[in-house]
Amino acid sequence: MPTRYFPAPVLSLILLITWLLMVRSLAVGQLLLGLLLAIGIPLLTRGFWLPFPRVKHPIKLARFVLRVLADIVVANIHVSLLILSPKRIPHPGFIEYPLQVQDRLAITLLANTITLTPGTVSTNIRLDHTSLLIHVLDMEDEQALIQAIYERYELPLKEIFEC
Amino acid sequence: MTLALIIEALVSLLLICGGMFAFTGSLGMLQFKDFFMRLHGPTKGTTLGIGCVLIASMIYFTATQREPHMQELLITLFLFLTAPVTGHMLAKTGLHMHLRFTTSTRGSLPELLDEDVGQSRVAKPARPKRPGSSKNRRRQLLKTRGR
Repeated sequence: MPTRYFPAPVLSLILLITWLLMVRSLAVGQLLLGLLLAIGIPLLTRGFWLPFPRVKHPIKLARFVLRVLADIVVANIHVSLLILSPKRIPHPGFIEYPLQVQDRLAITLLANTITLTPGTVSTNIRLDHTSLLIHVLDMEDEQALIQAIYERYELPLKEIFEC
Repeated sequence: MTLALIIEALVSLLLICGGMFAFTGSLGMLQFKDFFMRLHGPTKGTTLGIGCVLIASMIYFTATQREPHMQELLITLFLFLTAPVTGHMLAKTGLHMHLRFTTSTRGSLPELLDEDVGQSRVAKPARPKRPGSSKNRRRQLLKTRGR
């Protein structure tokens, strides 16, 4: 029965926290309104969702997020240097990255991570989830890059969702 | 006293860093040679640039008003959620419009299926015929409004 009224407890919690942060108060009225939203929005939007995979290892997820944040900083410095030094001509390229995870949420997370990190933008995904087309700003070695993405991002995601 | 100085220095540093990153991200739009390369600037540089400014804002207002300010976290969160999605949509549109990439593009562009890029090339939006015609129109509009 709780799943009927609370289809996604995590989403509800996030919505409540978001609401309280937005109104910047802990008054009873705001709490009640936030609770109403936290229960109402998941119920209303339930029809649009795909089955949500369970996060099996929250600690690994936290570590993954931290690693991605660190990589974003590194990526920015790298790209900035590339933009600012006119002598260094970047070699752009496309690579086709073979996907191993099949879960839709995991693929979405992976694609977003790739876009946010070193010199790569995910461009296209095959409808049958077999590969991801990535545009690379400065490509040295195609195989090494595929290997790096697999080890740094896809393997942790695979472990987090166990799929 | 020293604490205030440290906070001030930290906020300044973050603001300068943020400005630098946002600037280089935008400069990339100018410097790079084709559409797909230009995508890299705004999806990354700008994200971190704004992130730095928001952290600076959080520290500043927490320190001066003596109560925690966490709203900026929300902006950061939304930014991190939307920037990659927009980047992906833009890149996908580029593929659909069969935009050309620079000749120095390496790697093997895999064969794109119809389901990936559509069956025919998507037309580019039409440009105004006379350059400056929209400017003239705006000037006329202003004139009529002035009366």
